[in-house]
Amino acid sequence: MSDTANPADSAELDEKSRRDFLFATTTAVGAIGAALAAWPFIDQMNPAADTLALSSTEVDLEPISEGMSITVVWRGKPVFIRHRTADEIKAAQEADKAQLPDPQMDADRVQKPAWLVMVGVCTHLGCIPLGNKAGEARGDFGGWFCPCHGSHYDTSGRIRKGPAPLNLPVPEYTFLSDTRIKIG
Amino acid sequence: MSSHSTRQFNSPLINWIEHRLPVFSFLDNSLGTNYPTPKNLSYWWNFGSLAGIVLGVMLVSGIVLAMHYTAHVDHAFDSVERIMRDVNYGWLIRYIHMNGGSMFFIAVYIHMFRGLYYGSYHAPREILWMIGVFILLAMMATAFMGYVLPWGQMSFWGATVITNLFSAIPLVGDSIVTWLWGGFSVDNPTLNRFFSLHYLMPFVIVGLVVLHIWALHVHGSNNPIGVDAKSDQDTIGFHPYYTVKDLFGLGVFFIFFAFFVFYAPNFFGEPDNYIEANPLVTPPHIVPEWYFLPFYAILRAFTADFFLYSYTPLSWIMTAKLSGVLAMFASILLLLFMPWLDGSKVRSSRFRPVYAMFFWLFLLDCLVLGVVGGKPAEGVWIYIGQATTTYYFVHLLIIVPLVSRLERPKAPPESISAAVTAKAQG
Amino acid sequence: MGTNMKTLMKSAVAGFALALLATGPSTAAGNAPTPPKQHWSFSGLFGTFERSAAQRGFQVYREVCAGCHSLRQIDFRHLAGLGYNEDQIKAFAAEAEVTDGPNDDGEMFTRPGVPADGLPKPFPNEKAAAASNNGKAPPDLSLMVKARKGGADYVYGILTGYEEAPAGVTVPEGGNYNHYFPGHVIAMAPPLSDEGIEYQDGTKATVMQQAKDVVTFLSWTAEPEMEARKSMGLKVILFLIVLTGLLFRVKKAVWKDVH
Repeated sequence: MSDTANPADSAELDEKSRRDFLFATTTAVGAIGAALAAWPFIDQMNPAADTLALSSTEVDLEPISEGMSITVVWRGKPVFIRHRTADEIKAAQEADKAQLPDPQMDADRVQKPAWLVMVGVCTHLGCIPLGNKAGEARGDFGGWFCPCHGSHYDTSGRIRKGPAPLNLPVPEYTFLSDTRIKIG
Repeated sequence: MSSHSTRQFNSPLINWIEHRLPVFSFLDNSLGTNYPTPKNLSYWWNFGSLAGIVLGVMLVSGIVLAMHYTAHVDHAFDSVERIMRDVNYGWLIRYIHMNGGSMFFIAVYIHMFRGLYYGSYHAPREILWMIGVFILLAMMATAFMGYVLPWGQMSFWGATVITNLFSAIPLVGDSIVTWLWGGFSVDNPTLNRFFSLHYLMPFVIVGLVVLHIWALHVHGSNNPIGVDAKSDQDTIGFHPYYTVKDLFGLGVFFIFFAFFVFYAPNFFGEPDNYIEANPLVTPPHIVPEWYFLPFYAILRAFTADFFLYSYTPLSWIMTAKLSGVLAMFASILLLLFMPWLDGSKVRSSRFRPVYAMFFWLFLLDCLVLGVVGGKPAEGVWIYIGQATTTYYFVHLLIIVPLVSRLERPKAPPESISAAVTAKAQG
Repeated sequence: MGTNMKTLMKSAVAGFALALLATGPSTAAGNAPTPPKQHWSFSGLFGTFERSAAQRGFQVYREVCAGCHSLRQIDFRHLAGLGYNEDQIKAFAAEAEVTDGPNDDGEMFTRPGVPADGLPKPFPNEKAAAASNNGKAPPDLSLMVKARKGGADYVYGILTGYEEAPAGVTVPEGGNYNHYFPGHVIAMAPPLSDEGIEYQDGTKATVMQQAKDVVTFLSWTAEPEMEARKSMGLKVILFLIVLTGLLFRVKKAVWKDVH
């Protein structure tokens, strides 16, 4: 164990560690560059600006009188908007106590009791349930009926009978005013 | 059963894979410390790997663009504008692809001229060179079809002019053109098939590149003095010397590329292609992309007023149009024969001063041809085009064969290591 | 052949290549003078679309040009790039009547526009546009600045280049003499006039001011990504310079024992 270090050795070691540092730094900077360069190629698959522009729809509720429903298209899917009658609201609230395959209170499914907004796609296998147009079958619970495999939904859009496992989904929506909502 | 790799590496995992699929020894022998490369390669030797990397960039950017592009005459132009405006980073990927095409040709042209100057096409690399010519032809087909896809005015009219050339073929010409078009003019069937083929061709190019590199690796690279490597003294491992040099060259190249993509993205393009294709309105000047200009000049050099075309026995089979087409293809296909046109025993023009002078003249001729191709075919440009076209063929068919056989070259150094030592001392 | 000759040849080629680059990929511009270069807020490495100019330009487009020229590539929502907020954009959109449908009765109907809609088109199709304009449809303006040699300077030149035909030159019926238009006879009548519109921000609406503003607007419609592109370009190139510098040092270090 010599305590007088050979100057030539330490210079060599110095140089080697400088080289290693250089290689490590360059590799790191290169890797960061590669990651930054890769991002646009990944992000381009995310929804484009024109797709995002259609990600929310505003609906005017004025023309929908009590007892009427309309269907609007939102993100490529049908959305049922129903102006519920007092009877329908009462029936929906009373059914809170009933045996529900997918338990959910009516109050948790609406923001204003008179207005029911939900995605009109049956949670069984994706058909569009009947009941939004006058004269269509409404099933045993006065709401909607899916003709494909016989799922019955009530006046709150909850599954009551049939193979569908879940209630008709309620999308995110906000009341911009008393007569205008924005879905999505 | 062929014998399997017995190469041992440090990691047991790598050995496990190696024993079943010898990728690691393959990489080591082709790119690693075990692949001997002449130690005197200059930066002119960077352009091969550069071209390969640009090919990769074109493939990735192209596949991504194809996710958003619609190949229908009613939607193509708008789908490209949608990419530019609405797709996340769409403008970036489109400009990378657009300018990458120009970069690809810049790299390949420099790579080819390097080959011409240093005699890389000489034995035993004739097939390597010839595969290269086929890569160029495949690139030209790919680029031509790619330019049609945005369906701008130049896309449409360039496609019309070039596909119409095939009608010059006697007897079957018109049928061939109808067959190419899928109709009676460039229209939707044409656009659709060009999209399909434009997607396909780059993979054909990848296959050719694999053959190109395989052929290269049989005898290794040529070098600036054109003297074969004879011993270990003459070579160094590809890794780390040339991997690192290629990466540095790539960095410089990317700066050049980035300048165009971000600050001059339409420098290599034509404004007319930002007008949607209109079959009823012909642009005043139809110009192909810059990398086709020299060949376009050769094509147009053959004008119908040349007396031989009115010489009746010839005129039914040989028209000005057909001569132009044949000359245009000949200008590329003749390159295939360089190994035999050039009869010199000495490869590198460094030791062939007369040949070198003619090399520079040839390069100048090609540049002038490029300028001519971009000008309207009128006035003095017709004469310059005819002179430079003639000189192009005179160079390949007369000057190269004669000078290579008549010139007394200077003596090249004994070996690569001798040259490197001499340079270090001198 | 000595090294002097070789150097001469190489410099001839190099000089040639430079001259070639300078002329650029060229096509003859027709027989009209090159329009003079203007000063634009968006030119150069650090250019931006001056927002107030672009917004005034949008007003010029709406009040003067939109009667004949469509702007197909622009949806109302794109106007956010000019600095308008969501309410302003909804207001612009609501002014437009958009054909939608078919409804459940199979009929097309009209409704007020929403931000996702495109700007209104002056004519339903190309033929209607041509029929209303002496047989020549006024071109779409979205990409005009990129679709002409000379770009913004050219479009500005056209808008400000109307003049009396010189002595001895007869302008055919329906044509207008323009200094910068190739061939000098343009089908479009001079669209701009002094005080032809009243700017909302009170700027004096001279022909030159309107031309400057509308060309700024049209440069934006042609290249809405320009500011993001140049800013990203700066970062990318600086990064690459650093990385290439490091790679150069690495190369030198690796090659030390060979040289």
